[in-house]
Amino acid sequence: MSIATCRVDTMDEQDKFALLTQVIEEYERKPSNLIQVLHYAQSIFGFVGADVQRVIAQKMDLPLAKITGVLTFYSFFSTAPRGRHIISVCLGTACFIRGGQPILDHLKEILGIDVGETTEDQRFSLEIRRCIGACGMGPSLIIDEQVFKRLNVSGIEQILDEFE
Amino acid sequence: MIRLTINNKAIEVPEGTSILEAAKANSILIPNLCYLEDVQKIGSCRICVVEVKGMPNLQASCVTNVKEGMVVHTNSQRVRKARRVIYELILSDHPTDCLICERNQACELQTLGEILQVGETRFSGERSKIIVDDSSLAVVRDHDKCILCRRCVTTCNEIQGVRILDMIHRGFASTISTGLELPLGETSCTNCGQCVNVCPVGALKEKDATEMVWEALQDPERTVIVQTAPAVRVALGEEFGLEPGSNVTGKMAASLWDLGFDHVFDTNFAADLTIIEEGTELLQRLITNLYLDGVITEEQVKKTGIEPLTEKVALPMITSCSPGWIKYAEHYFPDQLEHISTCKSPHMMLGALIKSHFAEISGIDPDKMFVVSIMPCTAKKFEANREELRNDGRKNVDAVLTTRELAKMIKDAGIDFLNLQDRDFENPLGISTGAADIFGVTGGVMEAALRTVYEIVTGRELPFEGLHVGPMMGLDRIKSATVTIENPTEAFSFLDGAEVGIASTSGLAGAATLLAEIKEGKSPYTFIEIMGCPGGCISGGGQPRMTSEETRIKRMKGIYTEDESKTLRKSHENPFITKIYEEFLEKPLGHKSHELLHTHYIKRKKY
Amino acid sequence: MNSNRGEDMYQTGIESVRSKKDLETIQAEFIQYGKKFPWRALVCSGASCMSSNCQGVKDALESALEKYELQSAVDVVVTGCMGACSTGPTLIIEPEDVFYCGLQPKDMDELVRIHFLEKTICREKTFFNLNTGEYIPYLKDVPFFKGQEKIVLQNCGRIDFRSVEEYIANDGYLALHKALTQMSRNQVIQEISDAKLRGRGGGGFPTGLKWKLASKNESDDKYVICNANEGDPGAFMDRSLLEGDPHGIIEGMAIGGYAIGANRGVVYVKAEYSKAIERTEEAIRRAREINLLGESIFGTDFSFDIEIRIGAGAFICGEETALIASVEGERGEPKLKPPYPSDAGLFNKPTVINNVETIGNVAVIILKGAAWYSAFGTEESTGTKVFALAGNINNSGLVEVPMGTSLREILFDMGGGIPEGKKFKAALPGGPCGGCVTEEHLDVPMDFESLPELGATTGSGELICMDEETCMVICATIGSGELICMDEETCMVDVARYFMEIAQEESCGKCIPCRVGTRRMLEILERIAKGQGKEGDIELLVELGNVIKDSAFCGLGQTAPNPVLSTIELFRDEYEEHIHDHCCRAGICPDLSGGPCENVESGAKPSDKEL
Ligand SMILES: Cc1cc2nc3c(=O)[nH]c(=O)nc-3n(C[C@H](O)[C@H](O)[C@H](O)COP(=O)(O)O)c2cc1C
Ligand code: SF4
Ligand code: SF4
Ligand code: SF4
Ligand code: SF4
Ligand code: SF4
Ligand code: SF4
Ligand code: SF4
Ligand code: SF4
Ligand code: FES
Ligand code: FES
Ligand code: FES
Repeated sequence: MSIATCRVDTMDEQDKFALLTQVIEEYERKPSNLIQVLHYAQSIFGFVGADVQRVIAQKMDLPLAKITGVLTFYSFFSTAPRGRHIISVCLGTACFIRGGQPILDHLKEILGIDVGETTEDQRFSLEIRRCIGACGMGPSLIIDEQVFKRLNVSGIEQILDEFE
Repeated sequence: MIRLTINNKAIEVPEGTSILEAAKANSILIPNLCYLEDVQKIGSCRICVVEVKGMPNLQASCVTNVKEGMVVHTNSQRVRKARRVIYELILSDHPTDCLICERNQACELQTLGEILQVGETRFSGERSKIIVDDSSLAVVRDHDKCILCRRCVTTCNEIQGVRILDMIHRGFASTISTGLELPLGETSCTNCGQCVNVCPVGALKEKDATEMVWEALQDPERTVIVQTAPAVRVALGEEFGLEPGSNVTGKMAASLWDLGFDHVFDTNFAADLTIIEEGTELLQRLITNLYLDGVITEEQVKKTGIEPLTEKVALPMITSCSPGWIKYAEHYFPDQLEHISTCKSPHMMLGALIKSHFAEISGIDPDKMFVVSIMPCTAKKFEANREELRNDGRKNVDAVLTTRELAKMIKDAGIDFLNLQDRDFENPLGISTGAADIFGVTGGVMEAALRTVYEIVTGRELPFEGLHVGPMMGLDRIKSATVTIENPTEAFSFLDGAEVGIASTSGLAGAATLLAEIKEGKSPYTFIEIMGCPGGCISGGGQPRMTSEETRIKRMKGIYTEDESKTLRKSHENPFITKIYEEFLEKPLGHKSHELLHTHYIKRKKY
Repeated sequence: MNSNRGEDMYQTGIESVRSKKDLETIQAEFIQYGKKFPWRALVCSGASCMSSNCQGVKDALESALEKYELQSAVDVVVTGCMGACSTGPTLIIEPEDVFYCGLQPKDMDELVRIHFLEKTICREKTFFNLNTGEYIPYLKDVPFFKGQEKIVLQNCGRIDFRSVEEYIANDGYLALHKALTQMSRNQVIQEISDAKLRGRGGGGFPTGLKWKLASKNESDDKYVICNANEGDPGAFMDRSLLEGDPHGIIEGMAIGGYAIGANRGVVYVKAEYSKAIERTEEAIRRAREINLLGESIFGTDFSFDIEIRIGAGAFICGEETALIASVEGERGEPKLKPPYPSDAGLFNKPTVINNVETIGNVAVIILKGAAWYSAFGTEESTGTKVFALAGNINNSGLVEVPMGTSLREILFDMGGGIPEGKKFKAALPGGPCGGCVTEEHLDVPMDFESLPELGATTGSGELICMDEETCMVICATIGSGELICMDEETCMVDVARYFMEIAQEESCGKCIPCRVGTRRMLEILERIAKGQGKEGDIELLVELGNVIKDSAFCGLGQTAPNPVLSTIELFRDEYEEHIHDHCCRAGICPDLSGGPCENVESGAKPSDKEL
């Protein structure tokens, strides 16, 4: 499929919906492919909003309630736009034991948001992950794709400064 | 057969029986909550847990089937303790509003508390999300009280096939909601109220109309007129402790007089009228197409006395008296709407007649009239608000009360229902035939229509034993048959030997199947009856709660008994119907009929 | 990581592998190719090392090689995780098997010069033993690797995960060939049964029996599902295995497919595992290309193909019926058993679901035989187990040890003990489902039998039941392999709260005991941690916890209270200090006074303290 190669961020809404329709076609409108379609929808639009849910329901001939029900079950999906940068604090057991919780608490405080929320200026969204694969060097967090390890509370602000 | 012991009692039950059912059949009751006979077994509430020897954990008896040699204990200390803790957990996420809750004294959760001897909880903490949604004109969601048993979800999805409700979010944040969590009134909910009927608690209820009716009754300026649907009379008694199916027509009429209604009419009268209009419409559709296809000549048409239309019309024709079904069709089959008869539903016809003909003869100002319908149905609450169901700017019906709401009013008014002397409806709009009674049950409208149409066409009585169209009776989802016309009258001679395919279904899942056939052009039928609720209005969304299969059968029997007890059992034999055509309506499908008794439908969006 | 050997990466000319001979040809070709290079430099590209910039290290290594004109002497290979993650980025140089670690790009010039030109060992870049203060250059001498037995992980960290040729050169796909051409379906199942392979996904269910049940069902369609949802919050065994040796999983699944009569496989991977998804996808593509997947494999009438399904963030989707629901596009809610997946699983067809690591054992058992395999481990728990070692421990990472190895060996010998000389407090061998193990039980062998014997102290892990006739229950606390070590500065109330938070966050919401019960337990724990605990809270937790365990619908709820019940049993005094003295001796709970909680030790009453 051409998805991987196409530049989603330069597309307008109409093209995005056309692409979504194409994805649904490629998945043969099979109900069992719903979650895979939702993954694509999220990568095309950044989140799966009301319009997108309606289109998926219509094109896949599934009840709208089912789309919402499946979508909201899985924590990976978001129904609202997220910030420009996504901060995922690792709270896997290893990072937790090594002090991940204070890192998270500190971030909540300086950003003024709770887990699952986005700052008003759309700069950051805050999320929790349960292990990002760097357990030996916890506590760790990821911003977008970048991993930060062996963190301590005092260094957090400095890290955030790198992200506009 | 499987042998096992429950509480040291040796019992024998067929294979495939659940422990819960096996216990019940042997006089051992296991408390339960999410289980609903014939509807769902999902094992989610865990109230019904029991101890099964050899199993490390307690087992949910509603979903665990019996096995040879099983040893079950349903009331050990371990089980009792677990049940109580689970019940306490439910309470910890539930308001303690019983005294002001509409389900007070009629609530499964409350009853359970009595059984388990738990009235309060040791747990407290955050409550799950509170959703109160009264956007719908028929159904109110008060999800503060929802215990997430999912009966409504299963009913809406599997029994009705409307698929409006589902579980949304997960874990503690789970709620029952609609797509996009839209207010119910903005969805393609059909208002059938089947979800309301199965809800064990006060989380789903009809939109209250009692206050509005009380107010009207107290208003000296207004003439308050009431009418009652066929299916109410075989169910209302249940609210007062009578067996399902007990006929309380006389007591119901008496209670309505006692409540202070100025006129007490019967929707059944309009049911007879519907048969005349709808039967004629069916013949008109048949004749129109035959004529336009050149199968019959103008001469032949003339002899029937029915005026053909100028354009071809859709067949099969489908009945239109169920507003749950109508709204479903508008959302899900907007391109098939021309198949639906244009007849208004009976209570709307009667409302229109009350505010025109009756106003004329009684001299009451129709603007001062307040027409109340007592219905087994929540969908009729929405229907009564439809713009297209007004004449001269006036609503045909001003308020719709469900059977349950009427019972509440009777109790509230202090009327000792069970000891009332029977009374009658008023004339002329209160007299009906047996054909009208059977409108309340699946297959009934079809049968009533055939009793009349067959006689018009052949001059003879419908050739079925006891006038009952056997294949249209019963609770099967889809029923079908072929009626062969033999020896018609001279006027209808062109129909000799014609085989007319008929079908009836109740519950919207069946409607979807029949409509899909029509959509694909493969429907073998000429006439189809569709009722929105499984079993028809006897199990409408406004009927006394917990409509099990057993209750349905009893109510159905009640309806047929009522029909059989009448001397007049065919709509066209109702002398007051003949009279109203002579004095007011002129003729079926005539100008006045069109204005007052017929309607049109609206294409709506899905979801 | 997209280019290592670049254009030179060896790729066979064989378009379709049809026979053993084809496999042998590829093997020979690859060995021939390898001979061109005196050295192989294995650069770890596991998740942890990637987060420590192993890409930069590799680039620097290649530029240095270029600078010293050594490109044709050293074959640079990117591999999966080598295990010693906390020391990453790591590098192994073959044939000497020197283990370099903690590398940075700037080190590479010197390293290349010393190792390949001067042909001596660059000592400062080798493993430093904190306990002895010595550098240990050779992998075999590094304590972390000593005592390990790599069966499942044999290729992980040793071969290029992208090269099917290299996998074949290491006897890859020979087992599949053997199964398809020399063994009947029943013989394959028998071999797995004889090897006494048991599920590594937490339940310990006998894999051979599971396969047999599915194979007996007649059906046109059957499925093999590889469960890579790996939900335990500190586990990374399955991820590392998929990332480091995807062909091993493909081969294992194909053998499973043959054994039960399935033509289709599904790998259900956690969405967060993007590298694992990418690498598995690529491996599937390549296997298809040379007909190791697809129609009539090895010219037999067996066809098999694999599809990847990406999860979307739900721990519960590791539970098999929930996983199936998720693959079918539904909410991942567990369903009733029976019917068991082996009778009616995915799309109602007979289905076998196995954990990644379980599948990772299959090929080697078929190739080397049950007798060889069952020589590892103990009588009833054969083979090895991979643990993800983390927490307050010096060497964290992946270890693979024979079943029956003691916790003490794992934590103190391989793990190198607790950092900064602190005292060991407890280990959690079963992740969020299990309980704690304290000092006195450190010598317990890690296997399927011994841990449950600890009974209440270890909780009961996951329950699995499948057998048409009787409901068979296996309690196994060995869990999935997440092994967390905690030192004296850990607050057990806080740990219990942490696990309850996860359980309640991941509860699917279907049943009341779990949906509401875990929430109430969490709230009580939160209260206690805030110093607002009440008399009777501990008893309430125990009562509630036991009811949830006893009555919840699925394994998640049935095990969720374990960490709480276990910590109450072992560390009740800590709970009491929180409640009565408003004191947290670990100094973790921010609203309480830090330890040591002297009042208790001196026998003072809470009221004295308030005065
Ligand atoms: C809540 C819950 C989560 C689970 N998560 C996983 C998981 O992430 N990975 C896994 O392999 N098995 C998991 N399991 C176990 C599976 O249900 C299943 O037993 C296992 O995949 C079978 O494979 P095995 O026999 O090879 O161990 C989980 C079970 C439960 C109850
Ligand atoms: S739903 Fe039942 S338990 Fe709840 S408040 Fe109403 S009557 Fe009471
Ligand atoms: S039961 Fe008790 S509280 Fe309720 S009304 Fe009667 S006296 Fe009052
Ligand atoms: S009223 Fe009928 S259609 Fe509407 S939600 Fe309830 S069951 Fe579904
Ligand atoms: S609304 Fe009623 S029927 Fe529906 S889940 Fe809640 S309690 Fe059950
Ligand atoms: S079947 Fe009767 S109760 Fe049900 S929606 Fe139709 S009219 Fe209303
Ligand atoms: S062992 Fe227990 S939990 Fe497992 S399937 Fe059997 S009854 Fe269910
Ligand atoms: S125990 Fe928890 S996860 Fe399992 S079914 Fe119940 S609510 Fe869902
Ligand atoms: S002092 Fe309190 S918080 Fe700290 S370890 Fe002890 S009991 Fe836990
Ligand atoms: S627990 Fe944080 S990286 Fe594994
Ligand atoms: S009635 Fe059996 S679990 Fe709810
Ligand atoms: S990721 Fe490199 S050693 Fe584990």
